[in-house]
Amino acid sequence: MKNRLPLSKKIKEALIHGGFLVNAVLVILVLLGIFVLLIWTSLPAFEQIPLKEFLFSSNWNPTSYVRESYGMLSMLVSSLLVTLGAMIFAVPISIGAAAFISDLASNRVREIAKPVVEILASIPSVVIGFIGITLIGPSIAKVFDLPDGLNAVNGSILLGIMAMPTIISLTEDALKSVPKSYTEASLALGATKWQTIIRVRIPAASSGIIAATMLGMGRAIGETMTVLMATGCAGAMPNSLFDSVKTMTSVIAIELGEVAYGTAHYYALFVVGLALFLITFAVNLAAEIIFNKKQKR
Amino acid sequence: MIKDPVIEVIDFNFYYGDKRALTDVNVKIEKNSVTGIIGPSGCGKSTFLRSINLMNNLILGARYEGKIMLDGENIIHKDVDVVELRRKVGMVFQKSNPFPKSIFENVAYGLRINGIKNKDLISRRIEESLKGAALWEEVKDRLNASAFDLSGGQQQRLCIARALAVEPDILLMDEPASALDPTATIKIEELIQELKKKYTIIIVTHNMQQAARVSDYTAFFMMGKLIEYNRTNLMFTNPEFKITEDYITGRFG
Repeated sequence: MKNRLPLSKKIKEALIHGGFLVNAVLVILVLLGIFVLLIWTSLPAFEQIPLKEFLFSSNWNPTSYVRESYGMLSMLVSSLLVTLGAMIFAVPISIGAAAFISDLASNRVREIAKPVVEILASIPSVVIGFIGITLIGPSIAKVFDLPDGLNAVNGSILLGIMAMPTIISLTEDALKSVPKSYTEASLALGATKWQTIIRVRIPAASSGIIAATMLGMGRAIGETMTVLMATGCAGAMPNSLFDSVKTMTSVIAIELGEVAYGTAHYYALFVVGLALFLITFAVNLAAEIIFNKKQKR
Repeated sequence: MIKDPVIEVIDFNFYYGDKRALTDVNVKIEKNSVTGIIGPSGCGKSTFLRSINLMNNLILGARYEGKIMLDGENIIHKDVDVVELRRKVGMVFQKSNPFPKSIFENVAYGLRINGIKNKDLISRRIEESLKGAALWEEVKDRLNASAFDLSGGQQQRLCIARALAVEPDILLMDEPASALDPTATIKIEELIQELKKKYTIIIVTHNMQQAARVSDYTAFFMMGKLIEYNRTNLMFTNPEFKITEDYITGRFG
């Protein structure tokens, strides 16, 4: 006697299988759709504006009466500057926090610290921007003796705070997966807990930590509301971290709402969006590759 | 029978939470000898070994009672410097556990954490340690290769070299050859004979023949108690207790 699945069950199985497949395909289609839409709506821009101007000119002035210009360079640099600043600030703190939660904290402290970090991720970006304007901005202005604190540093600090939950929780996961045998070997050689964390555990978790940083970075680059509020939105090429900057996301957020449909300006904003998408896509892809490499080893 | 003890364990008890894992252990360990610890699984032999360098501290709810005297000092004391103790009492684990670093950096680790920066001294100590672990000839041309490129037996000898580099007095070995093939096992056993000239060695083993081959003294544990402790040749030819004989001859365990 063979055990055969009754037909009704077979149909049910097929339906469940099909249902999940549709969901999976739908997600991929949506992603693909966004990508296609961005490319499609960007293309007309290149009929009027050469790619060279987009990439190498730092002058973005689409509403000029004399000559409109569409240089993306200064906002690209601004975006990267703010993000880089955010990482410089967030990565060391996040690694420290993750090491504390995974290795040093008592069970009780860990049970409190983990949810707190997760709650940090759920603060709306507009609230973070609010803090940037009312608290961090004035502090920066005071400490560095500037007329106001709405600049790249402010944006970096806020983006750093926003990227930290991602980096902390992924770094903690990476540290948790470091084999216990490494820790034991180090302690048995007379290393202190601290030496073991710094010299063995963090290096052993490095690929996971790099992936965590990349994902945090992907989040920071794409963030809009916070930088819009806190960085001052001056469109010029920044000379230092204390200059006001206008990131790619800010430009799109401010201008897309009031641009005339079908103009070169309209299409040019989609080019900015496409560039942003490509950057975050590349960063996330890199993180994914590094992460998978680690898992295979 | 012990003339020159380095370790003296007195009325030692160990608990995992409420569960007593070792009961009233009394034993003296002879200097520059190999002491084998045998007994069935779960008898407390690893727990005993890991008490000597306080590695059991890592376990939540671990509790000690009694004394373990090392160089005349009781290490079962809340003020004991665990770091200092572990530099004197090295350990080799059941499964070789080199760090994901180069061969050189693995052996250098113990020196670096001790703040030794002198490059000549580090190189010299690494050569000595690798020679001491009978690995030098096999790796001297590729010290910068990853430790993971070595075979299982080589990795275990690397771990021994790593332990030797900090110049301990005592070497604890927790079934160091149980994951190795016979050829690699013989190498480790020969190495142990060589090492006892300089170090006092305590080795936990599942393998009765191994205990008979390598150890000068043997301690037989069962259910957390030290049943019999004697010179290996005496214990294996004329055990005092019936249960020791049953275990040694493979009637259980």
